[in-house]
Amino acid sequence: MPIDLVANVVIAGVLTGLVYGLMALGLSVIFGVVRVVNFAHGEMMTIAMYATVALFAAFRLDPFVAVVPVAAAFFVFGYALQAGIINPFITRPEHAQFMLVLAIAIIMVNGLLMAFGPDARNVQVDYQLESFALGPVLVDKARLYAAGTALAVSAALFAFFKFARIGKAIRACADNYLGARVVGLDVKRYYAFTFGLGSACVAVAGCMMILLVDVSPALGPAYTLLAFVIVIVGGLGSMGGALLGGVLIGVSEALAGLFITPSAKSMFSFGLLILVLLFRPQGLLGRKP
Amino acid sequence: MKRREFTRALAATTAATALAPFGIVRAQSQKLKVGVLLPRSGVQGLIGQSCQKGADLAPALLKEMYGVDIELMNADTETNVDTARTRAERLIQEGAHVLTGPFDSGAAGAIAQVCEQRGVPFVINIAAAPQITEQGYKFTFRNFPTAIDLTRNGLALIGDLFRATNTAPRSAVFMHVNDTFGQSMAKGIGALLPRLDFLPFRVVETIAYDPAARDLTVEVSKAKATGADFLMLVCRLNDAIILRREMVKQRWNPMGIIGPGNPGMYENQFYRTLGKLSEYCISNVPWYNPKAELTRRIEKAFDKRNPKDKLMFHALNVGYTFEALMIAADAFKRARATDAKTLSEAIRQTDIRNRMMLGGPIKFNAKGQVEGNASACIQNLNMRPQVVLPAAAAEAKPVFPVPDYRKA
Repeated sequence: MPIDLVANVVIAGVLTGLVYGLMALGLSVIFGVVRVVNFAHGEMMTIAMYATVALFAAFRLDPFVAVVPVAAAFFVFGYALQAGIINPFITRPEHAQFMLVLAIAIIMVNGLLMAFGPDARNVQVDYQLESFALGPVLVDKARLYAAGTALAVSAALFAFFKFARIGKAIRACADNYLGARVVGLDVKRYYAFTFGLGSACVAVAGCMMILLVDVSPALGPAYTLLAFVIVIVGGLGSMGGALLGGVLIGVSEALAGLFITPSAKSMFSFGLLILVLLFRPQGLLGRKP
Repeated sequence: MKRREFTRALAATTAATALAPFGIVRAQSQKLKVGVLLPRSGVQGLIGQSCQKGADLAPALLKEMYGVDIELMNADTETNVDTARTRAERLIQEGAHVLTGPFDSGAAGAIAQVCEQRGVPFVINIAAAPQITEQGYKFTFRNFPTAIDLTRNGLALIGDLFRATNTAPRSAVFMHVNDTFGQSMAKGIGALLPRLDFLPFRVVETIAYDPAARDLTVEVSKAKATGADFLMLVCRLNDAIILRREMVKQRWNPMGIIGPGNPGMYENQFYRTLGKLSEYCISNVPWYNPKAELTRRIEKAFDKRNPKDKLMFHALNVGYTFEALMIAADAFKRARATDAKTLSEAIRQTDIRNRMMLGGPIKFNAKGQVEGNASACIQNLNMRPQVVLPAAAAEAKPVFPVPDYRKA
């Protein structure tokens, strides 16, 4: 097997994995703090992809510029969703929360079908079909830029939770719900803030993802499943785990496609999931309950 | 009226009344309800919508041609075999006399099973897996080449293409979707290619991939690494678009991309999405006869109904879907009944010579298969599909090897 072929495939896997990781990071943040499993995660990313397509069609806005208004809108949307609909369900049984979020996901898919129809859509920017040549290794420009953005946003999110007052308060709410209330933190407001942050994260991932894949309404459930695989492999609630999980899934799928058969790519990532569940149920970077 | 005449008249009236519920004497006053099953959403949504355009033209045109009333009962299979099965059952429950569709071999197999169980005729518009008409089914009919025929015609046209362009590529990388259709085509190519001495190339690697794949980086990297002279591609529409883009990203310029009998690269969406990158792709597929009288008639109706569109971008989908409905209308006219058995028998006796698609008359063999549907070599030139072979029907000369995409 030529080494440049392996290098090409591994680099593409790492870059795609970083964008996957950013998408899963949103899910992990929301679960880590609010303890609600967001089954509408992939659908939210699909909406962000459509928003980017719409902004590009209307104003020729590059996805790297569109990321600002789309992420801001998603922060507001996520905040409102948590404050208005999900917060009342926080103390209810988990199956009630699941059904609520699943219902939201189904409404999103059908809303997209009604608004945009079943056709696949994309944006066509100048650099989308270009690549950097490093000797025999070709690096897809759009993929590289998308992965760079994913890394930058992840770093900013890490810094926010580590150093910002609100970030510390959110971590306090996640660590000890009762304790946070005792010291006077408005926990439900911080939950809404966290859901907003997670939604903004997935919006950025959506803006990047539209450079790599075409969007159709049916895409959402597949990405929800992928996000779950990634966070379970990386460790549910662990931010670093989400990025690591994304890269691992991206690279393992790419290598499975190269060395076994491309049709077995998904099978391989699910195989990895089963191995992690068997030997490290809390995920690679997750904490034991 | 004498007593004897009165008795005769009474007997005739009684007989007609008694037989009417069995549909023996009632006929043209009623409508033929045709269940049209197509993948109007999902991965094959765009092709399903393209086929639907052919179905939508049928009621008015067939009324003019055969004097029969047809009512369409449309159903979306959502590019899902299980959905196709349940929608077929529902259409039958709702009173469909005949089913047609579904542009997919997997779905066609599922619908055929339902139709056999329920005893309702099923006229396939587009689906190539050979096994569909190899099961001994009594109610399933197909006016579309099997994967073996598609492959045989497609490979023969590849030989014609090389001769016409004085080229002799030595190697090909074969990429195919891994759905029912793709597997059937791969099987056909695997069986036929070693026996075709006139083809100068050998397949250096076969790469199967998921038609719903969102990313084909690995697949294209593997194909490029083989260093093959050209790409033989059995694809669908969405994957064809992704694959073509990925080839450009990876700066892979083989002598050409040739589809030996598959959809994807001549569809309207392929041109709209890829623009100049769609140029020079070659598809050896069943095609319409632009000179046929029926084609002109259909084109006129199509233009009227779709003023911003062109028939040439939907040729195969519209042509075969319309012909499937034409077969049902023709049988209904002859059968003068809608009951399944009579209608199926009439379909079996079909002999239509005035048709839109290239090939011989529409006549079903004992297995319910039309033989003799022909293919043409279509190349994307000036952002539209143009017949380049056979020479008698050619609209342009074939271009092979194709120029670098940057010069296209």
